[in-house]
Amino acid sequence: MSLLIKNAIIVNADKMHKEPQDIWIEKGVITKIAPSIKNGTDKMIDAKGKLVMPGLIDIHVHLRQPGREDKETIETGSKAAVKGGFTTIMCMPNTNPVIDNGMIVESIIKEAKRVGLCHVIPIGSITRGQKDEELVDMFEMKEAGCLALSDDGRSVVNSQLMRFAMQYAKMAGLLLIQHCEDPLLSSGGVMNESAVSTKLGLKGHAGIAETVIIARDIELARYLNASVHIAHMSLRRSVDLVRRAKAEGIRVTAEACPHHFTLTDEAVSSFDTAAKVNPPLRTQDDVEAIKEGLKDGTIDCIVTDHAPHTEEDKEVEFDHAPFGMIGLETSVGLTISELVHKKVLSWPQMVERMSARPAEIVGLTNKGRLAEGLDGDITIIDPEKEWIFKREEIASKSKNSPFIGRKMKGMVEATIVGGKISYQVQ
Amino acid sequence: MGEWRHRHLLGLEDLSREDIMMILETAKSFKQVSAREVKKVPALRGKTVATFFFEPSTRTRTSFELAAKRLSADTLNITGSPSSLSKGETVLDTVKNIEAMSVDLIVVRHASAGVPHMLAQKAKSSIINAGDGCRSHPTQALLDMFTIHERLGRIEGLNVTIVGDILHSRVARSNIIGLTKMGAKVTVCGPSTLMPIDIEKMNTKVSYNLKEAIQDADVIILLRLQMERQKDKYLPSLREYARKFGLNKTKLEKYAKKNVLIMHPGPTNRGIELSAEVADGEYSVILDQVTNGVAVRMAVLYLLLGAKSKPAPRKSTKKENTSMTNQGTINVTTH
Repeated sequence: MSLLIKNAIIVNADKMHKEPQDIWIEKGVITKIAPSIKNGTDKMIDAKGKLVMPGLIDIHVHLRQPGREDKETIETGSKAAVKGGFTTIMCMPNTNPVIDNGMIVESIIKEAKRVGLCHVIPIGSITRGQKDEELVDMFEMKEAGCLALSDDGRSVVNSQLMRFAMQYAKMAGLLLIQHCEDPLLSSGGVMNESAVSTKLGLKGHAGIAETVIIARDIELARYLNASVHIAHMSLRRSVDLVRRAKAEGIRVTAEACPHHFTLTDEAVSSFDTAAKVNPPLRTQDDVEAIKEGLKDGTIDCIVTDHAPHTEEDKEVEFDHAPFGMIGLETSVGLTISELVHKKVLSWPQMVERMSARPAEIVGLTNKGRLAEGLDGDITIIDPEKEWIFKREEIASKSKNSPFIGRKMKGMVEATIVGGKISYQVQ
Repeated sequence: MGEWRHRHLLGLEDLSREDIMMILETAKSFKQVSAREVKKVPALRGKTVATFFFEPSTRTRTSFELAAKRLSADTLNITGSPSSLSKGETVLDTVKNIEAMSVDLIVVRHASAGVPHMLAQKAKSSIINAGDGCRSHPTQALLDMFTIHERLGRIEGLNVTIVGDILHSRVARSNIIGLTKMGAKVTVCGPSTLMPIDIEKMNTKVSYNLKEAIQDADVIILLRLQMERQKDKYLPSLREYARKFGLNKTKLEKYAKKNVLIMHPGPTNRGIELSAEVADGEYSVILDQVTNGVAVRMAVLYLLLGAKSKPAPRKSTKKENTSMTNQGTINVTTH
């Protein structure tokens, strides 16, 4: 099976080609990139006027299967992913049961292969049942197909356990992703603690709940010469801590979500539960800091924290609504509109944050770059196309997004996974 | 006087200064109704008002019920928390069910901020917020303002000090919004752990010293201190709270201005935030607040329900000898 992409303006993290190229993909691998390829094939895409990037990678997604298939499944989540331009997604383990053993990992990979739209790599939990008590069998998780572990949804709060997790994960060759939140400090907060929470009378989740865990994990990583990846950073202070740690040579990496560089805590003023998310939407100053962190590389990658919830679950009192919003289908549009078109990131930097760095961080050596000999995972973007995110066009099973109705510029044109067209605009 | 344009009362931030004055003026004429032998006017005859309390409350619910009855509305009391929610019925469902029985107005109290907003978006009836979480309790602030105005003849330029657990107080938030809108200067005073972050941005002064906070006050509003706050570790002890932030006669006479008004939204924790001597003393207007609560709630119900409906054809066979008619118009004496 082969595929030819004609007239591609190739964007890699280190370079944006000026002259259009043709790309030949054979048996899932990019075999040739040249100004003009004349091989005959049944499958051809003309990418004239479009940008062609290595397939986008989202290392922070919730697919809800097993356990809450009414919110999302591996199948519907994969559909949303490829519609959003992602060729690889990594799904978090806070399912029911928790992804804490090799068999569950294998069953998710198997189901994702049956669906066959994109690569799905499960993230195992760090502790059994995400109970913060004992470590999972890390070698078993690795052998089953995990690249990273996380107790996402909550922190590993026990500092001694986190120390052991870092030491053991380093030996097992797994990345640890920490959801940074001291639960005693965030204690039931439903939004950012700020003048807005004071006005709304909603219980505040103070930023220090995030930063004390980041600071602790940086210290652990420094002491153990181990690495840690900070999930969904939301605060200026978090960016500062990571920036300083990186300057000291500590092996810390970090990610941020589109909603944290586009929205502030004012978005919950109308008690819209679609804007209830954890970590919560912060202040304009924090939004600016996240952008600065993405620009200077303190924040390595953009992730969605795609968190589907049913209407029934969200249409309740703000206090009782679950945290999270879907994000797979808006990430590219928001990143291009808010960061690239507004000159925060260049096109190569966007590729770095959404493909090259995520691949590097988790160790996907054949991905993250568009080059001969590497995987045929490709995302084609129409950089100038304007579109509106409409509820009825959402591919995800859940519709919980504060971005419904938002106008964006920059749209996914096609998503190619292993040389196969998984999504293409009609 | 201007025109009333609101369908719901969710919080005082939605009201203009003129709206608030209109409520206070309307309440003034309704207060006379409660003083009569026949304490009833037909202003809302044929209307149905449901009080829907998801949180326990005696005085606010009773006050609303009495207000509705004195306007001749039919009333329906539902206490929602344990029964319906334990059956897995959502707030929205429950309210829609009640509404399906042609209720015109729902008075709602709920432990979560924003619930009245959620209902106002989805429900067809008018919604009055009778307290949502720590956010807002607009009729309490209105009756407080009414009481202040009645006693002191103005609100503008007064110094009002609110003492207690500001963090968890919807009464404090509504009063801050209402009083500052009407031109008063508000100071909040309480332990630092019970002071919400950036409260200064609501145009208040903050003090952690009772003496300093009350010395210029024309009005002192004391808040109920929930006993759970000590368990939740906000406070070292209730004893220390009473010593540093509780108001007794000695402190009152030593620090406060003469003729200061002492207010409390009730129910009081005597011996904690105020002593019995102060609660029952000459400066206390706590019971006036309760009396005025009925009048203010009558005014709100009347404006929300009476003003929005089209006048019915006028019947000439009217016996009522009041300033009100069946059609829901009212002659308010302004001065």
